Amino acid sequence: MALSLMEGNEAIARGAVAAGCRFFAGYPITPATTILSHMLALLPPLGGVCIQGEDEIASIGFCLGASMAGMKAMTATSGPGISLYSEQISFAIGSEIPIVIVDIQRLGPSTGSATRGADGDIQFLQWGSSGGLPVIVLAPADVEDCFSLTVRAFNLAEQYRCPVFLASNKEIAMTRASVDPDCLKAPEVVDRAAPAPEQNFMPFQINAGERVPAFLPIGGRTLVRQTSSTHGPDGYITTDPAEITRQLARMQTKITAAADQLGIVAHHPSAAADTLVVTYGVTSRAALSAARAMKASGTPVSLLVLKTLWPVPEAAIRQAASNVRRVLVVEMNRGQYVREVERILPGKAVHFCGQMDGRLIAPETIREAVLHG
Amino acid sequence: MDSLLNAARPPVFCPGCSHERITHTLDKAFQAMDLSGERIAMVSDIGCSGLFDTFFNTHALHGLHGRALTYAAGLKLARPELTVVITMGDGGQGIGGAHFLAACRRNLDMTLLVLNNFNFGMTGGQYSATTPPDAEVGSGFLNRLERPLDVCSVARAAGAPYVVRCSAYRSDIADVIRKAIEFKGFSVVDIWGICPGRFSKRNRLTPKAIEEMLSRLTPFEGEVAENQRREFGEHYRELAAAQKTIPAPAAIVAQFDPVNTARQEVILLGSAGQRVITAGEILCLAGLHAGLNATQKNDYDITVLRGPSISEMILSPQTIDYTGIGRPTVVVAIGPEGVARRKKMFAGLDETCAVIQAAGVDIPACRARIHRVDLKAQGFKGTDWALATLGVMSQLGLVVRPQMLEAAVAARLRGESMIGALEIVRRVKTG
Repeated sequence: MALSLMEGNEAIARGAVAAGCRFFAGYPITPATTILSHMLALLPPLGGVCIQGEDEIASIGFCLGASMAGMKAMTATSGPGISLYSEQISFAIGSEIPIVIVDIQRLGPSTGSATRGADGDIQFLQWGSSGGLPVIVLAPADVEDCFSLTVRAFNLAEQYRCPVFLASNKEIAMTRASVDPDCLKAPEVVDRAAPAPEQNFMPFQINAGERVPAFLPIGGRTLVRQTSSTHGPDGYITTDPAEITRQLARMQTKITAAADQLGIVAHHPSAAADTLVVTYGVTSRAALSAARAMKASGTPVSLLVLKTLWPVPEAAIRQAASNVRRVLVVEMNRGQYVREVERILPGKAVHFCGQMDGRLIAPETIREAVLHG
Repeated sequence: MDSLLNAARPPVFCPGCSHERITHTLDKAFQAMDLSGERIAMVSDIGCSGLFDTFFNTHALHGLHGRALTYAAGLKLARPELTVVITMGDGGQGIGGAHFLAACRRNLDMTLLVLNNFNFGMTGGQYSATTPPDAEVGSGFLNRLERPLDVCSVARAAGAPYVVRCSAYRSDIADVIRKAIEFKGFSVVDIWGICPGRFSKRNRLTPKAIEEMLSRLTPFEGEVAENQRREFGEHYRELAAAQKTIPAPAAIVAQFDPVNTARQEVILLGSAGQRVITAGEILCLAGLHAGLNATQKNDYDITVLRGPSISEMILSPQTIDYTGIGRPTVVVAIGPEGVARRKKMFAGLDETCAVIQAAGVDIPACRARIHRVDLKAQGFKGTDWALATLGVMSQLGLVVRPQMLEAAVAARLRGESMIGALEIVRRVKTG
């Protein structure tokens, strides 16, 4: 077997290209900058476009324009930039513009520590835009995930016409790791669906039994309207409460009803375990290490690693928690996703182990929290 | 060509609004250019100027306040053949100022129509970036404190190659707009008009008064001589086509037996300029040549030419889950800044750890096995110290073998750099 050395950000860039991304715009920010530099190396020779925006607002705005012109587009930033993206994120949600948004999380709040990792944006990614509609957030744990989940993020953005976030972390993004190049092959690539040729096109028309409007690009032979305003099927402003409810309920349901299909988790059950550790991202690797050591020392623990954070994979969490006395949620923050786990497991003992100080959570810390927390 | 006005959605502006005049004028310009609707994208944002996209049978993209130029740039880069016309108000000039400057500097082939009526009409006539200080507006006395923005002078200073300042009531306005759209590059038309719903209720403003105001300002009538240059998109595509494809990282096949089958952790503590990060990468590549998994994470200050430079490597035949350093196999101390950053670590080191200490670099007391190396006396430049210590490790049988290291150097470096690096790792003496 051959091995290559690659950082997570390069794997994201290569995954994007494999998924068909041909437009990238970003603004330099540690620890996301190397995605911009890798995309700048990869896209131009392929005839793609890679642009450095004048700021983060412009960068995501370019992407939304390019996506509406029919290109698969991605942008990447960190906490301060994702904050600036907010108004454009709500545009992408409410106007159903496919886009992949990478958040290489760093220690916050605010400018925080540019070169220290954290998972401090997990609730922000779901709720940090106006209007309160659901989004899809995937969390890679390692370099292979950075590639495969980026491809998946594009496929989901195309399929559901929504922003899909990759919640990475400086500790994956800028840490080089050996990777089997065979793991970095593009799986199936999904493209947004075009309307049937005979259909009289309206940009937000929904066919019977479907929840996602068919897509035609701005600039094609059929006129296409896109708007950030509250709109009906024709893409013009509407004030009709029934129509508004229909559109918003559909945009909500297209994500929530698919939660089970969207949920990617890795369950490592142990029959004799008293505790289920629920975690995600780079911390899941320390948890795996802790679980192995605990099994060897005769105090086994079950582990549920979440690769989909939003929509919450509720069925998978309930099922994994059904045979344990308590659940321990481990996160590189002050307690964010634990709120979701508490919400869906009423009556179950749900404990939290968190750390947000610029260091990785060590396997020993997790073991201590399982045994004595 | 027929009118592109949307008969089902006639303009809804207040009676007497100059926006309505510009709507019909723009349609005339499109007709004069013989453009069909599918060749045009109207891009707008918030305010009364943001209604424009609904009046035309063209492609349309309506977005957030001040951001129209960002969507337009994405559309134009994705579909260079589209005629892209952006309408923004004077409000958008304020909130989207950074995008306006960047668009002027970038020079994509698009046309920005600034529908300049000196106030925020939609929200109650508050002052905007262009409100005169002596106007009565909905922001109390605040507009008296700020100087209005000269849109055209700013556009020229920022590099716009085509700038027009004119009245909405100018008789040849359709021609003015047509020429701006036909210009190959970023064109700005700053059109001064009247907002009867808000501004002219409290301020006397007539077409004649606008003409008088314009006559007192520097005229802008089209091409700005000093800003003529290549259009961004065309230039971009030419430069992009000349870029070479970057190959995927080398796939390295195991050629050697590893020194050790346990997890091994190495930390290089150096200073900026010692090429610590490159040495760390070479150590990882050496591991790959023995079929080991490897990780490398680095720590350095943002002022990259000063301060500590630290690289942490893990080599292991197993999957490397946790990438933190727990029990280092080898600590390399070649720079005082790196040692200072990690000084607490030394107290926890025991005899299972080897420290390679460069002469002249002090380290805190510890129980590790110390190998002192005088790299300066051996004639190595500071930039080669990190690499030289890898040679020391290989000769001491720590973590890497000489063959692994040399294969890694050959994989990472080329030409003279490779020859020089091989010489360094072979020549260095362990004592």
